[in-house]
Amino acid sequence: MSAPDRQQLQAAIFDAIGAIAPEVDPADIRPDQPLRQQVDLDSFDFLNVIIRLHEILGIDIPESDYGELLTLDRAVDYLLRRCGGSTAGK
Amino acid sequence: MEAGTLVEWRIKPGDAVTRGQVVAVVETQKGAIDVEIWDSGIVDRLVARPGAKIPVGEVLALLRGDGKTAAPPATTPSAIAPTAVTAPVPSAAQSAADRQKISPSARRLAQELGVDLATVQAQTADGVISRADIERAAATAKPAAVAPAAGDWRAQMRKAIAAAMARAKREIPHYYLATDIDVTPLLAWLAAENAKRSVVERLLPAVPLMKAVALALREVPELNGFWIDGAFRPSSAVHLGMAIAMRGGGLVAPAIHDADRKTCDELMAALRDLITRVRGGRLRSSEMADPTVTLTSLGEQGVAQVFGVIYPPQVAIVGLGRIRERPWVTAGTVAVRQVLTASLAADHRVSDGHRGALFLAALDRLLQAPETLAEKA
Repeated sequence: MSAPDRQQLQAAIFDAIGAIAPEVDPADIRPDQPLRQQVDLDSFDFLNVIIRLHEILGIDIPESDYGELLTLDRAVDYLLRRCGGSTAGK
Repeated sequence: MEAGTLVEWRIKPGDAVTRGQVVAVVETQKGAIDVEIWDSGIVDRLVARPGAKIPVGEVLALLRGDGKTAAPPATTPSAIAPTAVTAPVPSAAQSAADRQKISPSARRLAQELGVDLATVQAQTADGVISRADIERAAATAKPAAVAPAAGDWRAQMRKAIAAAMARAKREIPHYYLATDIDVTPLLAWLAAENAKRSVVERLLPAVPLMKAVALALREVPELNGFWIDGAFRPSSAVHLGMAIAMRGGGLVAPAIHDADRKTCDELMAALRDLITRVRGGRLRSSEMADPTVTLTSLGEQGVAQVFGVIYPPQVAIVGLGRIRERPWVTAGTVAVRQVLTASLAADHRVSDGHRGALFLAALDRLLQAPETLAEKA
């Protein structure tokens, strides 16, 4: 499989969030603001997002990297790096 | 809670059932509840039909005893109400009555309040139904009297919370204590532990905290049990009620049974299972019935401390705030440490501040040796 692009990674994040917070409209998420507060994810929900991303993308996000997932934009950047995609088009 | 709607059967005639097995799903004011059966036997006949609205105490199904052909009218009443705390599934009216031990004054009270005894379960190990059991059943029955339409269970839950909390503030003389605990060693241990684990095996900080709370409660048993009929009835088991918020408002505090005897991995599995079912609306009647103490953790929402309201007839609630970096003085030096404020609200009829303080001290001590928490069972 070729490395996923930004759009696919964003879709994966929305998918993971949607499983936990179905009432959230992805269009309402501000990409530069803290994600957990916007979507009201507690630590259990957040762990489930990490697990879901693991299932979708096959990457294991260590706890020490959780800070990289603060906002939607940063999360996509991080996943792009982890999935071996290029950040050149950024 | 007066009635629920039978959603589905999990058993069919001829099935062998064992005590504790989930036999049906009933929609209630707190969402769908898995109804457990309190007798073992063979399913003889399903009486209630899915979709039917069933009053609490109504016969749901007939059982016959293992291997016997005669069918004593064992039954599955509509159990249910998480709040009706009890209401689960005794057997037939007569056989249940034979087995039920109840004080005469409690029996009178049940008549006055119109509480069906088949739906009442004693909170204590001796199994004797007390006035408090009746009051609880009556109190939880009231909110549901206002037509529990399937859609407005959230409003019903609000009423159930209102009833329980108003009673707590009316009857329980709370006292409150809090202390700051250095949880730097705990978080360091947890980070090292989680680094070794795959994503699906990771522990949340809540897990070792639950374990420490449960173990500390063993040291101060006056905080674990029930206040019933003017007397404290301690519980030898620690069934830790976990206050879990629902998305969009409301909360429930179902029990993790024998939390003090579970390993951290078992607690994580139990917590995961419980939160998933709370948010998916699938609790079991026994989980709603028997927490012996409650743990509330509002740290997630960013508050530094929380002083809880005791859930009657329990006698204590432990509160945990957000873990945050604070200046911390040890041996004359200021250092930055990860600090958690733990609080206790307890019933002054049962314990005093001195004993409550010993609990918080025990909690602190246990959290300083996280590696021993993991194994202790």
